[in-house]
Amino acid sequence: MPSALEVQHLRKNYGGTTVVDDLSFTVEAGEIFGLIGPNGAGKTTAIECATGVRTPDAGHVRVLGTDPHALPQAVRRRVGLQLQESGLPKRLTVAEAIELFASFYPSAAPQEEWLERWGLAKHHATAYADLSGGQKQRLGLALALVHDPDLVVLDEMFAGLDPRARMESQQRVRSICEQGTTVVLVTHFMDEAEALCDRVALLDEGRCVALGPPNALTNRLGASVRVRFTAPDGFDPETLMGLDRVASVRQNHAQVAVYGHDPLLSAVTKVLDERGRRPSDLRAEPTSLEDVFLRETGTALAPALTGETTGF
Amino acid sequence: MRRAFVQLLRTELRLFLREPMAVFFNVLFPVLLLLVMGPIFGNEASSVFNGYGSVDIFMPGFVAIMIGSYSLVGLPLTLASYREQGVLKRFRAAPISPGMVFGAQAVVCVLVVFLGTAVLIGTAALLFPLRSPDAPLQLVPALFIATLSFSTLGFLLGSVLRTARAAQAVGNAVFFPMLFLSGAAMPRMLFPEWMQNIGAAMPLTYVVTLLQDLWIGQGWNGTALLILGILVGGNLLLATVLFRQS
Repeated sequence: MPSALEVQHLRKNYGGTTVVDDLSFTVEAGEIFGLIGPNGAGKTTAIECATGVRTPDAGHVRVLGTDPHALPQAVRRRVGLQLQESGLPKRLTVAEAIELFASFYPSAAPQEEWLERWGLAKHHATAYADLSGGQKQRLGLALALVHDPDLVVLDEMFAGLDPRARMESQQRVRSICEQGTTVVLVTHFMDEAEALCDRVALLDEGRCVALGPPNALTNRLGASVRVRFTAPDGFDPETLMGLDRVASVRQNHAQVAVYGHDPLLSAVTKVLDERGRRPSDLRAEPTSLEDVFLRETGTALAPALTGETTGF
Repeated sequence: MRRAFVQLLRTELRLFLREPMAVFFNVLFPVLLLLVMGPIFGNEASSVFNGYGSVDIFMPGFVAIMIGSYSLVGLPLTLASYREQGVLKRFRAAPISPGMVFGAQAVVCVLVVFLGTAVLIGTAALLFPLRSPDAPLQLVPALFIATLSFSTLGFLLGSVLRTARAAQAVGNAVFFPMLFLSGAAMPRMLFPEWMQNIGAAMPLTYVVTLLQDLWIGQGWNGTALLILGILVGGNLLLATVLFRQS
């Protein structure tokens, strides 16, 4: 069986800027693969080149063993694409949209059943413009999956959703995979990627900086916990390096991140308490893909995405 | 493939009928024009119009208005808003070609023009002693040729203009001078020569000429056919190149 998606030495330039730079990765059939990185890392361009929506400047691409640029229609009949910034005519109703897209494929799901399955039966007569963000996203998914594709690409499906809809979307991605469809998830949400993906490729400035299962990547950090706090005046974080639980310390202005192993929090707290200045924002978290990204690139994701006000 | 095209066509027709402004400007506006201008000019036979009357001569002109407004404003607006709303992107992810999307739009354009023509002629026949056109059967293919060739201009504008706002502004800026100077709203034979010369540079003039000549018994106008043919070739070539780039 060929790989679901094979990308080798992919390159794409726009007006002299290299957006995707010598990118290689392979998605195996049956897995949930994450293409992750900050906004502007080239994720969307990469996946659109890889699926034949855009033409790459160089590189070798195979979708389910087929060249998507040589046989675009054949590939699109077996692949579901939920591309970023794609929409529907404002006055088209949910049922009409499903009817239309089902007609594009020889073997599409029966309409009624599909409306039911995606929780859209109640909204079948609602115009696209009147749907909520979550409903639009569900409809987009339903349309991308109406022909029971072997591979589905979901670009930024969590963007603009409230926490409940995000949880629900995670559930849906799992169930898509359980039904035998390979999933490529393109996202800047590290948490979702970590929770869902079997393997991830971390992109930065068009290059792949890390590739592998999320837990293998975090294990390689050599630290299982991260303690963060705002340094009190006159406190030198270097003093923490002496503790045997500490692997590394990073500082960005007053923000300090200490990497190491449990019980790291109590060790750090003790040092701070000895000086009589425990910061109110002192907290410990397990290390995550975010830390992998940070280590590989030396920069944090955009502050708004990580929930931090300053990067490390 | 056929099932997909039929469904696409049904969808586009539904969407057209759900836009009250589109239906008004493309189908009902010429009827309104007839209701205003018909009683003013009447339909007395005139030698200027080869024995036909003013209302008779309005008919092919008003049909040209529908062709012009749908091709120059309606089509570009639809395509530009499809681009803006990500509809083209969603189509691109599906196994259908851009030709199919354009094709469905072109057929809708033809159907809208034929519907509008039927409503217009029906209204005129009820209210005035309308004379039968000289070559009614040849008018059908002429209407096809005129609409399809002119719709390519709409595809060209729709490929170049990125937003609905731009499409509306540019479409109207192109359409309104043509509306008056092409002889669509007022017979061109009544214009002073300098106005006729400006009109000669406008593509809609040749739609009017083609339909009018057949209507009042002057046969197929070769010049008009040739110019519309060149228009199709040039537009399709440009539109394909520009659409690919977008």
